[in-house]
Amino acid sequence: MSAIAFPAPRADILARRDAIIAGLAGLVAPEALITSDDERRPYETDALTAYRRMPLAVVLPSTTQEVAAVLRYCGEQGVPVVPRGAGTSLAGGAIPQEDAVVIGVSKMNRILEIDYDNRAARVQAGVTNLAVTGAVMSEGFFYAPDPSSQLACSIGGNIGMNSGGAHCLKYGVTTNNVLGVTLVMLDGSIVEIGGAHLDAPGLDLLGLIVGSEGQLGIVTEATVRILRSAEGARPVLFGFPSSEQAGAAVAAIIGAGIIPVAMEFMDKPAIEICEAFAKAGYPMDVEALLIIEVEGSDAEMDAQLARIVAIAREHGVKTVKESKSAMETAAIWKGRKSAFGATGRIADYICMDGTIPTGQLPFVLQRMAEIVKGYGLRVANVFHAGDGNLHPLILYNCNDPVEARKAEDAGNDILKLCVEVGGCLTGEHGVGIEKRDLMRVQFNEADLNQQMRVRAVFDGEWLLNPAKVFPLDGRVAA
Amino acid sequence: MTIHTPTTEAQACAVVASVAATGTPVTLRGGGTRTGLGRPTQVVSTISSAGLTGITLYEPSEMVIGARAGTPLAEILRTLADRGQMLPFEPMDHRALLGTEGEPTIGAVAAGNISGPRRINAGAARDSLIGIRLINGRGEAIKSGGRVMKNVTGLDLVKLVSGAHGTLGFLTEVTFRVLPAPECVVTLAWPGLADEAAVALLSAALGSPFEPMAAAHLPAGIGADQARTLLRLENFASSIAYRTDALGELLSQYGRPELIEGAASQELWHSVRDARFFAGSHEAVWRLSLAPTKAPRATAAIIQALPQARWFYDWGGGLVWLAVPVDEDAGAAAIRAAIRSLGGHATLVRAPHAVRAVVPVFEPLAEPLMRVTAGIKNSFDPAGIFEPGRMYAGI
Ligand SMILES: Cc1cc2nc3c(=O)[nH]c(=O)nc-3n(C[C@@H](O)[C@H](O)[C@H](O)COP(=O)(O)OP(=O)(O)OC[C@H]3O[C@@H](n4cnc5c(N)ncnc54)[C@H](O)[C@@H]3O)c2cc1C
Ligand SMILES: Cc1cc2nc3c(=O)[nH]c(=O)nc-3n(C[C@H](O)[C@H](O)[C@H](O)COP(=O)(O)OP(=O)(O)OC[C@H]3O[C@@H](n4cnc5c(N)ncnc54)[C@H](O)[C@@H]3O)c2cc1C
Repeated sequence: MSAIAFPAPRADILARRDAIIAGLAGLVAPEALITSDDERRPYETDALTAYRRMPLAVVLPSTTQEVAAVLRYCGEQGVPVVPRGAGTSLAGGAIPQEDAVVIGVSKMNRILEIDYDNRAARVQAGVTNLAVTGAVMSEGFFYAPDPSSQLACSIGGNIGMNSGGAHCLKYGVTTNNVLGVTLVMLDGSIVEIGGAHLDAPGLDLLGLIVGSEGQLGIVTEATVRILRSAEGARPVLFGFPSSEQAGAAVAAIIGAGIIPVAMEFMDKPAIEICEAFAKAGYPMDVEALLIIEVEGSDAEMDAQLARIVAIAREHGVKTVKESKSAMETAAIWKGRKSAFGATGRIADYICMDGTIPTGQLPFVLQRMAEIVKGYGLRVANVFHAGDGNLHPLILYNCNDPVEARKAEDAGNDILKLCVEVGGCLTGEHGVGIEKRDLMRVQFNEADLNQQMRVRAVFDGEWLLNPAKVFPLDGRVAA
Repeated sequence: MTIHTPTTEAQACAVVASVAATGTPVTLRGGGTRTGLGRPTQVVSTISSAGLTGITLYEPSEMVIGARAGTPLAEILRTLADRGQMLPFEPMDHRALLGTEGEPTIGAVAAGNISGPRRINAGAARDSLIGIRLINGRGEAIKSGGRVMKNVTGLDLVKLVSGAHGTLGFLTEVTFRVLPAPECVVTLAWPGLADEAAVALLSAALGSPFEPMAAAHLPAGIGADQARTLLRLENFASSIAYRTDALGELLSQYGRPELIEGAASQELWHSVRDARFFAGSHEAVWRLSLAPTKAPRATAAIIQALPQARWFYDWGGGLVWLAVPVDEDAGAAAIRAAIRSLGGHATLVRAPHAVRAVVPVFEPLAEPLMRVTAGIKNSFDPAGIFEPGRMYAGI
């Protein structure tokens, strides 16, 4: 694929490579500086593997001070910097460019402090999402945002992308669960924003940093909210004869005052792919499947599920399968959580990520099918039904450049459709390089310029993750 | 004093452009109920949102409501209640505390990030605010966010504007995520606890699986002779019964709670939400934000310096409402010294003009953050017309 443009690397920086590396070597321990071809290769791309660029060098600092020294140096030298967590971005947010230094936080992976009384944990940015929950699980606590990549992705990357997951219908996304960060700015200054208390003073800079895709500074530590787990959780699988009925059931459940912790939707192709892989016992004679999870004591879950099942029946549900055991629960979620992996086994795919108003679901599903068919391709849909975040997986053959191009075009058409019906280009994966050139579909020039002016306050020279998020041709100064 | 009252977004753009052209500072007015919040400002004109009213979008099944900025908050709450829904963050009404009149507007709720007791569990106003339309200081109408909850497209200017107290621009329309109102609400009140024990109780409750939606402590003399430690449960009736028992058992070392229901429960939480215990007095009022367990230490230190101080705790201890005598700096030096080592901050919410003119109302920021703050202000408002100096001098 080659549809997404990269800026030409600056020749003057490439020419100074040896000097820049020598400068970096004076700032960090030898093992923290990666310069050989072989060792740089893993940093060429992220989870948007169709695109790759070899970075000038990679630095993996161990302390906030080292990050500050490296950032200050790059800033002074005018060298672009690409902040990196675990490199699982699906939007190409961590893909470098040839004239950039990658600063990765993967070595900064310690849990620094857990404060159960105040329900907060302070962690280094390289800690994986799942490790935070792992560290507090024994006391019955958890960290709420749960991207499917949580085994690998870092808290720093989660902050960069404002990541969410299946359970954010009830618990919110990253921005709702981070209390503070240590941020290193381009000039090397180290600042604390927020802390273990709620509502930091002044402008909500924390809210701005979250989701800023590595464009404002590098996060080295974070204070996150930890929550006490519910007494129990139980999913139910519902099979519906049509997606309209499934959608109407979701609306009716919310209308009845019930907010389940998760409501996941899968269409028929997704059901088939996931069942073939996970053998989760998904019904095969339905058009749409909902996984609805509730929490609480056994009696509370029984009561809530009884209401949900009654509503589903009013909407013509064909199959109702309540989990009766931890094993069944795991199987139900395994099918859903492995949707990406399972799809990868049968075809190459691109995973789109747009959000729509949920009332538009039936229309959007129908239009998406038409769009993808129009390109002669197939699509499978998984969907966070409670909050309208959809993930169409467009299947194609990556060895066929024509088909690859068609898949990208189909994806772009789908994202435009999301904006047309009142939604947005990305619900959780971010803009990165992937949706950079679509930003004008959602924002007009004044909207975008205001964002870029704010960005330029932090980085007037556009050195931090420079070719991401904003169209390459429209830069403005602060 | 000129008052501009645009009735369309285009008119609002024109008003702002003309104000910017002359460089005259302007205050932004919703219902005027928070008059006097922030640093005193020298303004010569007002842009009012009174001409921009009406709900523009309400989809109960999508849990979203949008309205023009000048729409009375009361209209929003009534519309939601008719469909069994509510604003998750339970916005405070400042009228009793500040002695103001008028109708609070939804735009000013967004501009001030105004949250109440539910904030501890359901997030602040900024967490529910998903979309804005705003006129920046160039007279351009810009949007950020939208009408869907999950949206990571571009920089999150929604958060930045929420809590900027009008310093970044004039909001014309705001969109919030809403939640179903609970079927049943009950308050559990433990009498007679000292602050430390009360906050320990609240921490234990908030760290339990029983989901208290609000947690406050009223020391003796605040609203009653005896101290009361309060937890609020909201849920379906059957769950409430179960959780009341479960919490009673978990917290049995603190004695048996009294149950407060119905109007009495609602009245009590409105008093906490609106800091009504300090209404009508001549004291200065502060709002302290701290890690909950550190709050009793902070108040103990403050009372050493300011023996007449009165206070109560919301947000499980994480929010301390503090009333002190007005003399000199309204206790600023003592209060800020007491919390400096504890990692929190203090905001002066109510004080006479003369005091707010000399005491930093918002916690001073570290130098690099102040620089960024000034830069952001300039990026939205290059002529410096919106509420200049309301948050920080020169910003
Ligand atoms: C020292 C001092 C002098 C003053 N002098 C005068 C004066 O001479 N004449 C006068 O009329 N008032 C004066 N005021 C009051 C004025 O500053 C108040 O803010 C005004 O009454 C507007 O009400 P309000 O916006 O606070 O009300 P609210 O509607 O409660 O607004 C609260 C906050 O939200 C912001 N806000 C409200 N609506 C919007 C919106 N649509 N977009 C963005 N932000 C919004 C406001 O800027 C304010 O910070 C003075 C205040 C002080 C402290
Ligand atoms: C199989 C799979 C499933 C996924 N499922 C989900 C899902 O359910 N929900 C979801 O939201 N996402 C999902 N993702 C996307 C991805 O995992 C998230 O975006 C994740 O937050 C990225 O974290 P990372 O540590 O890998 O960051 P990276 O990919 O390394 O970086 C992501 C962005 O953050 C910036 N960044 C990284 N670290 C820092 C830092 N310390 N300071 C400042 N900026 C930084 C980078 O510059 C980049 O712009 C999935 C990805 C895969 C591969």
